[in-house]
Amino acid sequence: MSASAIATSRVCPATGRRIFRQAEGLIRANAVVAVVSLLIGAIAALLLVLTRWQAVHLLPATWYYRLLGVHGMNMLIFFIIYFEMAVLWFAATVLLNARPAAPRFGWFNFGTMLVGTLMVEWAQWSGNADVLFTSYPPLKAHPVFYLGVILFAVGALLVTAQFFATLVIAKRERTYEGSVPLVVYGAITAAIIAVITLVHGALVYIPTFLWSIGLTGPVDPQVYRMLWWALGHSSQQINVAAMVAIWYMLGGLTVGAVVLNEKVSRTAFVLYILFISMASAHHLLVDPGFSPAWKIVNTSYFMYMAVLASMVHGFTVPAGIELGMRLRGFTSGLFGWLRRAPWGDPGFSSLVLSVIVFGFVGGITGVTLGTEQINIIAHNTMRIPGHFHSTVVSGTALAFMGATYYLLPLIFRRKVAFWPLARIQPYLFSGGLLLLVMGMTFAGSFGVPRRHWDISFSQAPFDVPFNPAVDLFLAVMGIGGILAVTGALIFIAIAVKSVFFGEPVHDIPRGAPVRGLPAGLTNPPVHAANVDEINEQLHAPARGIAGATPGTLVLVAVFLLAFMLYYFTNWKLLSFLWKIG
Amino acid sequence: MLTKVHTGLDPVPGVWWKPAHKAEKVWVAIAFAWCMVLFAMMPLWHYRGGQNPAGVRGKVDPEAFYARTQEFAAQYQIGADRGIPIVKPPPGADVYLVGLTYSWYPILQLEAGKEYMLHISSKDVNHGFSLFPLNVNFQVVPGYDYALRVTPTTSGDFRIICNEFCGIGHHMMVGRVIVTDGDGTPVADNPNAQVESGGPQ
Repeated sequence: MSASAIATSRVCPATGRRIFRQAEGLIRANAVVAVVSLLIGAIAALLLVLTRWQAVHLLPATWYYRLLGVHGMNMLIFFIIYFEMAVLWFAATVLLNARPAAPRFGWFNFGTMLVGTLMVEWAQWSGNADVLFTSYPPLKAHPVFYLGVILFAVGALLVTAQFFATLVIAKRERTYEGSVPLVVYGAITAAIIAVITLVHGALVYIPTFLWSIGLTGPVDPQVYRMLWWALGHSSQQINVAAMVAIWYMLGGLTVGAVVLNEKVSRTAFVLYILFISMASAHHLLVDPGFSPAWKIVNTSYFMYMAVLASMVHGFTVPAGIELGMRLRGFTSGLFGWLRRAPWGDPGFSSLVLSVIVFGFVGGITGVTLGTEQINIIAHNTMRIPGHFHSTVVSGTALAFMGATYYLLPLIFRRKVAFWPLARIQPYLFSGGLLLLVMGMTFAGSFGVPRRHWDISFSQAPFDVPFNPAVDLFLAVMGIGGILAVTGALIFIAIAVKSVFFGEPVHDIPRGAPVRGLPAGLTNPPVHAANVDEINEQLHAPARGIAGATPGTLVLVAVFLLAFMLYYFTNWKLLSFLWKIG
Repeated sequence: MLTKVHTGLDPVPGVWWKPAHKAEKVWVAIAFAWCMVLFAMMPLWHYRGGQNPAGVRGKVDPEAFYARTQEFAAQYQIGADRGIPIVKPPPGADVYLVGLTYSWYPILQLEAGKEYMLHISSKDVNHGFSLFPLNVNFQVVPGYDYALRVTPTTSGDFRIICNEFCGIGHHMMVGRVIVTDGDGTPVADNPNAQVESGGPQ
């Protein structure tokens, strides 16, 4: 280690990793802007859910549609991607003990993204971009809106390039031995998908921008939809990869989850890179521009190879937790490892709730709604936001929140503020979202449209008398939404208080629980002394297929049955419709 | 056969391409088989199922499509409701429906059990065709003609909700489809429906 490296870095007292100050600064800046975006998005969310709850119907039409655009951009693009930039910097530098590549250029790119963000915010709040998040032409926004998105995407693309450059530095300077950790491998996956995504963003927004300033002719609306979703959906696949990487990270930090088999987990990540981008076709299943063959090949992620990858992670993550717990001596029964798990550690509860809601609700509904024909009874109904709030919000956002509870002491070196609230925050957030998602999904099954100001159709020429049950579902959605926003605001309050006014952490005491420090730091998960012996016993051939992780096998069996039931129920519902073909 | 115990945060020394435990292999095999079922269902439904978003698709000039729809409406008009023509094409006919901010044009009167070729497109921006209360949804894209073979199997008084944001009046955009039974009489399957029908029944 050179003298200059020692002067510009510190060693983490908890993990022993070398943390470079310039990387730390970039991680912090991105995380702070991510939280500010989350705040804007959460306030919009509250107003939107109180409008869609037909009994409340708060906002006027103009502001409903305007804030819907604001909510989409801040949550799905700004919050998520800023946080992912922080994750990329964290994975490449902290996890690999490496210095960041060209940190000043990193600040320049961060500035570019920030300028783009401010341009988009201005266009949306001032009513110059009432085209919603998707901005489908021929609807036209102010050129500043498109230019803002382009700047943001270019900045993010260049940060991704710096991430790859940092990997090269780490390899050259031999800051780690062997292959990169699985968490970094997941982050690399996310970064590769980010490149695919952001290039599509440029492909779609540059012609649209030129059209908006009158330089070129109209953009074909169908081509736009195809390219836009290669940005819009693929950006959510960056989330999936980043989220799974964080699952592995939180598993390791909170309970000492082990990697069962590197080959299996890494192959699953490669399947994401190869096939998950095709998921953007799910938005085009009932579009006029594409043939059934095109739709089937793409919607199936080329025969569901990306779904296979998620199902693999859906096994290896809980199984890794189970084996990690068993190796620490929690070996009783099928689910003793779950009973003895640190449920009061917000990092752990975020991890588990994220896995469960993402898999059971988001995954199952996503694959089902994304089936070519079943999409007929789902497209543009509330079933769609019902699906993606369980993936992106209760899955990805919650995983990011769980990671934040560890990043606060480790990177910001502050205790987690409002600690008792932090311990319940994941439950409140996830529980609220579950209600929201259920309400939306069932309302959508009755044909309630998404992105619609008034389903009482009071100003429409013909009445549309929805089943009275819809009022109940929308009330459930409303209450769930209020709870979820409360959970998000608690998270924001914790993050802001901790970062700006929090109690500094100089050293992390071991052994006894400390208020404001997650249990995984004060009581690091240490495997039993006879770990190899237990491991040997757990993998004994006599234990059969159940092997070392019988509890997880039961859980995934329940998952598969739920999946089959939901999937075939939807085919049955479809078969009752008119004949269409 | 065992991998060295480590977490996802640790670099992996040496070769990590090692055989997986039986439990993992079994799960991957089951998951793969399930994925094949998911995949097979879609082509299978094209052969055996009655609901597919296939149709006949083509590009069309939005103005030309609108003109064709007006021609169609004039040819088969049997009445009007709120200024929108009620159009009763013969079974088997090509039927045209156009979305324009913020209405669906024209009102269709179809016969249950008969097949029609329903062409849907837009005159201006993207719209969403959502048949209420059946919950049948299709994307309507300007410049593209989506022609679907439709056989209404239930009679009644249906609505078409626009479910793609098309502008500030999006929530006012509702159309109407009447499906008559074998005797030619419209059946309101919905007791709450209070639609004044201006045309002859």
